[in-house]
Amino acid sequence: MDALIPFTTSGSLVDLVDKKVMVILRDGRKMIGVFRSYDQFANFLLDSCVERLHYKLEYADKDIGVLLVRGENVVALGEIDLIAEDMVPLVEVGLKEIEEKINAETKRRERDQIVREKVLSTMGFVNEGREGDAY
Amino acid sequence: MLIFSFFKTLTDQVITVELKNDLSITGTLKSVDQFLNIRLDNISVEDPERHPHMMAVKNTFIRGSVVRYVRMSAKSVDTTLLEDATRREAKEGKK
Repeated sequence: MDALIPFTTSGSLVDLVDKKVMVILRDGRKMIGVFRSYDQFANFLLDSCVERLHYKLEYADKDIGVLLVRGENVVALGEIDLIAEDMVPLVEVGLKEIEEKINAETKRRERDQIVREKVLSTMGFVNEGREGDAY
Repeated sequence: MLIFSFFKTLTDQVITVELKNDLSITGTLKSVDQFLNIRLDNISVEDPERHPHMMAVKNTFIRGSVVRYVRMSAKSVDTTLLEDATRREAKEGKK
């Protein structure tokens, strides 16, 4: 491939600079902040960044500050439509409250997973491909 | 390079991108680059209730390395042309 191909991270992301964006990371976390800078590896710099935790139709934000995301951990970057944001049927709840709910859900899932693996292994299936192994 | 050119011919068509985390995003292909990073406009996800964070997002940039599949309508692909281009590229590679 020609090394002289100009850098065009998808028509460049320059039109998203200084906009409110959501970045999905490979571990499933969602960061929301003001998009300040980027480069050809899709390294992103987010200002006034928060981590958004979701549980069903509830959410809470955890303050982060300035965040530099290394490109390899980026899944997607989405511009937040400020009008659509106001119409979304999500309710903000307390951080503690949502963390408790998420922890309970994670525990429940892990318990179910252990049971499932036990049953499957008696049927000759191998335990592999847990959540998070997809990448 | 061929696939990059192919994706460029799909610009302004509606495609579905399935990511390695099983999230499928449908939208209009706005642009693509040499890493096959994709920009989609007017996006929708299959089950918004399962992906509440996508509700307020209308256009998105997807990193090429996390894409599993890209689905498009058969009408938007000229298979004969693509075959010819593949042969031509293979020939040029040999020289």
